[in-house]
Amino acid sequence: MSILDVQNIKKSFGNTEVLKGVGFALEKGEVLAIIGSSGSGKTTLLRCLNFLETPDGGKIIVNGEVLFDSEDRKAHNEAEIRKKRLHFGLVFQSFNLFPQYTVLKNVMLAVELLSKERPDYKENRAEIRGEIEASARAILERVGLSDKTKAYPCQLSGGQQQRVAIARALALKPEILCFDEPTSALDPELTGEVLKVIRNLKSSDSTMIVVTHEMEFARSVADKVIFMADGKVEEAGTAEEVFDRPKSERTRAFFSKKA
Amino acid sequence: MSFQTVTMMLLEGFAENGLIFIMTLLFALPLGLILTFGSMSSFLPLKWLTKTFVWIIRGTPLMLQLFVVMYVPGLLFDISMPGSLFGIRISPRMFSALIAFVINYAAYFSEIYRGGIESIPRGQYEAGQVLGMTKRQIFFKVVLMQVVKRIIPPMGNEIITLVKDTSLARVIAVQEILWIAEEFTAMGLVWPLFYTGVYFLAFNGILTLLFGYIEKKLSYYRG
Repeated sequence: MSILDVQNIKKSFGNTEVLKGVGFALEKGEVLAIIGSSGSGKTTLLRCLNFLETPDGGKIIVNGEVLFDSEDRKAHNEAEIRKKRLHFGLVFQSFNLFPQYTVLKNVMLAVELLSKERPDYKENRAEIRGEIEASARAILERVGLSDKTKAYPCQLSGGQQQRVAIARALALKPEILCFDEPTSALDPELTGEVLKVIRNLKSSDSTMIVVTHEMEFARSVADKVIFMADGKVEEAGTAEEVFDRPKSERTRAFFSKKA
Repeated sequence: MSFQTVTMMLLEGFAENGLIFIMTLLFALPLGLILTFGSMSSFLPLKWLTKTFVWIIRGTPLMLQLFVVMYVPGLLFDISMPGSLFGIRISPRMFSALIAFVINYAAYFSEIYRGGIESIPRGQYEAGQVLGMTKRQIFFKVVLMQVVKRIIPPMGNEIITLVKDTSLARVIAVQEILWIAEEFTAMGLVWPLFYTGVYFLAFNGILTLLFGYIEKKLSYYRG
C-alpha cells in the first residue's frame, strides 16, 4: 500500500484554475521531485497537501486513511485539520522561522505545545521537556547546527536558517516531509549545504516531496519525478525516464530552455 | 507666595493628571485590544460597527468628547456620575474625564494594535499552522511577541501624548495642574504657568527612558 495516494486534486482561485486534477502515489521512503515552470501549480499542490489550501476536488489518502475527500464535507473543523496536518511537514521557500526564539526553541516549540495534550503531561513535565530538548538537539546535530542552538534566526545565514526550518519540521516526525523550493531564496553558494541535508534525509528513509528548480539535484535524489504544466501532470516517471527519455513535447521544451 | 508652596500646590494638581494617566492606561490598553478584535472580525456587522465607532472617536476632538461625557448623561438621561472608583474618592467630573479619556485612547490604541498585527507576515501564521498549532497558540506563542516589539515606538508616542492631553480635563473643571497654575495668574503670579512645563518634561523624560529601555530589551532579535 502506498504511504501517500493523491487523486484528482483540483483547485481554483476565483476564475483561475490552478490545479486541474493532479494525482500521484508515493511509497514509503521514496523521494518525489516536482518540477515545472513557475505558475504550473507546484506550490499550490504542496499547500493543498498541508491543508493551507482546501482543494475544490479530489482525495488525499495517507497510509490508507482518507484525510481529505471533497465529497465528504463534514470533516472540516479546525481541530480535525490540525491533526491531519501532522502527517505532513512543510519547509517553506522563505524559511518562516520564528524570529523571537533561539534556534533550539524554534525546533522545540511545536513539539512542546503538542506534548501538553498528552494525558501524562502534568506528572512527567520535566521528563517530557527533557526528552523533547534532547531530540531537538539530536536533530540539529543531523542538520549540522549543533553549535548554533543559542543563536537567533537573524544571526544565521540563509542556508543555516533553512536548515533550522528543516530541523523544525523534522522534530514533529512527519510521515511525509514537503519542501517548497527550499533553495530558491538562497545564494548559489548556500544552496549546496541545504541540498546536502535533504540528500542525507533520503538515506535515513524519510518520505519526501521536493518542489525544486535544481534539476541536477532532482535527478540525483528523486526516485520519482513529476513534471507539471498548466495545473496538470504533464509527465511522470523515474528520474531517468523523465530526464533522459521525456515523452512529452512540453517536457523536452522545458529542459531545453533550462539547459 | 514662596517657590516651595507653589511647587507643592502644582504637584497636587499634577496628581490629578497622573490619576487620569494611570487610569486611562489601565482601562484603554485592554479595551483597545477588544476594539482591535472587533475591527478585524470576519463578522461584518461587528467589524463595521467597530470601525464606525473608532472613526467617530478619532474624528472628533477629545475636548468635545469630554463635554459630551460631562453633560449628555445628566441632561438627557438624568444619570449622574459616581463619586468613587475602586473605593478611591474622585469627583464626578473626574469620573467623566476618565470615561472620555479611556474611550478616546482605546480607539487610538486599537488602531496601533491592528497595524502591528497586520504587519506580521502571513508566513508566520502558516509556519504555525503546518506545525500543528492552534489559532490561539499561533497568536500567543508566535505573533504576540513580534507585535509587541513592532508597536513599542508608536505606543510610546501615543502615551507621551496622553501625558500632555490630561490637561484637557480642565475644560470640565477638573483641577489639574494647568487649572491650578491659572489660579495663580488670577492672583497676579504668572511664572507658575510656565513652571508647569517642568512637570510634564520630567514625567515624559522618565517615560522616554522607560520606552528606550523596553526597546533595547527587545532588540535581541530582528524581524
